[in-house]
Amino acid sequence: MKIVVLVKQVPDTETNIKVGDKSINEAGVKWIISPYDEFAIEEGIRIREKSGGEVIAVSLGPDRAVEALRTAYAMGVDRAVHVKVDDYVTFDSTYTSELLANLIKAENADVVIGGRQSIDTDSSQVVVQIAERLNVPHVAMALKLEFDGNKVTATREIEGGTEVVETSAPLAVTAQKGLNEPRYPSLKGIMSAKKKPVDVKKPEELGATGSKLEVVSLEPPPPRIAGRKLEAADAQGFASQLVKALREEAKVI
Amino acid sequence: MADVLVVGELKNGELKKISKELTSAGRKIADSIGGKVHTVIITDNVDAFASDLKAVGADTVIGANLGEFSPEGYANGIFAIIQEKKPAVVLIPHSAQGKEYSARVAIKANAGIVADAVGLSVDGGKVVAKKPIYSGKAYANFKVTSDIQIFTVRANSQEVTPKDGAGAVEKSGASAGEVRTKSLSKDLSGGNKVQLADASIIVSGGRGIKGPENWPIIQDLADTLGAALGASRATVDAGWISHSHQVGQTGKTVSPNCYIACGISGAIQHLAGMGSSKYIVAINKDGDAPIFKVATYGVVADLFEVVPALTSEFKKVLG
Repeated sequence: MKIVVLVKQVPDTETNIKVGDKSINEAGVKWIISPYDEFAIEEGIRIREKSGGEVIAVSLGPDRAVEALRTAYAMGVDRAVHVKVDDYVTFDSTYTSELLANLIKAENADVVIGGRQSIDTDSSQVVVQIAERLNVPHVAMALKLEFDGNKVTATREIEGGTEVVETSAPLAVTAQKGLNEPRYPSLKGIMSAKKKPVDVKKPEELGATGSKLEVVSLEPPPPRIAGRKLEAADAQGFASQLVKALREEAKVI
Repeated sequence: MADVLVVGELKNGELKKISKELTSAGRKIADSIGGKVHTVIITDNVDAFASDLKAVGADTVIGANLGEFSPEGYANGIFAIIQEKKPAVVLIPHSAQGKEYSARVAIKANAGIVADAVGLSVDGGKVVAKKPIYSGKAYANFKVTSDIQIFTVRANSQEVTPKDGAGAVEKSGASAGEVRTKSLSKDLSGGNKVQLADASIIVSGGRGIKGPENWPIIQDLADTLGAALGASRATVDAGWISHSHQVGQTGKTVSPNCYIACGISGAIQHLAGMGSSKYIVAINKDGDAPIFKVATYGVVADLFEVVPALTSEFKKVLG
């Protein structure tokens, strides 16, 4: 089986973000693999360990995205491809999915796996868009995946519970927390990952039609309503004050 | 024509509030760019919803009988309606279902899409969508440059404003078409009575509840308020509750009107999931907990005393 895992580099959640006009100030930002993509890498490797084949990690982003691909190598993928674009293009899911779908088409992959969403834009769009572009089925929010030849049985999260679905490869999958427990890269893996080749592709080689999004501006988050700590002598006092505040001041209950 | 197509959502045969929120938001956009509002409901019984949607500005309420939810089937059906109505703007709920089928609709319609918008305005005839990025540490404003502009919109982010639309009812002939993923079974037993994603009130518990045996204290308050039950990552990782309740970066992103955090310290990953809640109440013994930095109302006290008192107080006033 040929498996493509999609790996996006995002700022670590703890990182302080300084907002510029149309981009953020990247100085001091710590970059990590988007947590859900780690489940995708792990699942790709597990499928290969069971069924044989090849796992190709693909990351779309600026130069630094190569670091994410080195981590994927250290976890155990077989090949890495870097689609080199300006970072802010990655806000545009249709452009991103077009570049990636064209690459995956050329690779003739059986399975494409990405995280259920990236934690920088939280859009949940790219992987399912790729499925549509490749004209294949998809399973979103996968919690369990089983292959029997081309037949795929999956458990996925749905609103209020889980669903078991049946479909067939080629297909696209988005990984939800619970699909697996991502392995830590071994020291040996990290050392050998440094020397492995990363194939670089430019957008013009992948023939995408261009962005459909314009970044108008970035801004800091809206200020929160000034909070206050309530003062009371006992639990009953707190309770009656809170009920009053929520009903008469905030008018939310 | 610059029409707006809204896709509504039902839950157990009832209209979800987001359907009205998006119809209302669609009305404002349509009034600004000069067009009509068509609200699609996936049902074979569209007449039941027409007056509710007309009252918030729908010119047309379209019933599409696409059967059980499948992302491919919904995408096929909604794309067929887009081809017929040729809207300039399409609004879809950023719900579990909406975020899934919208991705396919965007590609079919050759349209750009902004997902998880919390603000919609119009500038130069184009919609400007505002959305949180980087875990809510920044907000971005986007325009979609294609002819059709698609947006998925977060629940509770749009005001519902009464405004009369024509409310004409249409039954669409759109079908689900070919669906390549077959549903074998569903298990809805572990879920919430009220769904987190579109709950207007959420009561959440964190490590401060000390053990799974104490969830009833939190659940009682949630039940009293008709709220959804949320949980911090620590409680899920400890195995005290299922992951479907988790709020935060590796759980669900929520925007309720009121979020009551009980015994939650407020790690940045948790704040990323609930920081856009309109009002936040924090109940925690530790007055230095980071949750108090975002709380509208902070109660520094023992949740085991305050939460039951709060439940009985609400029972009194809510009858």
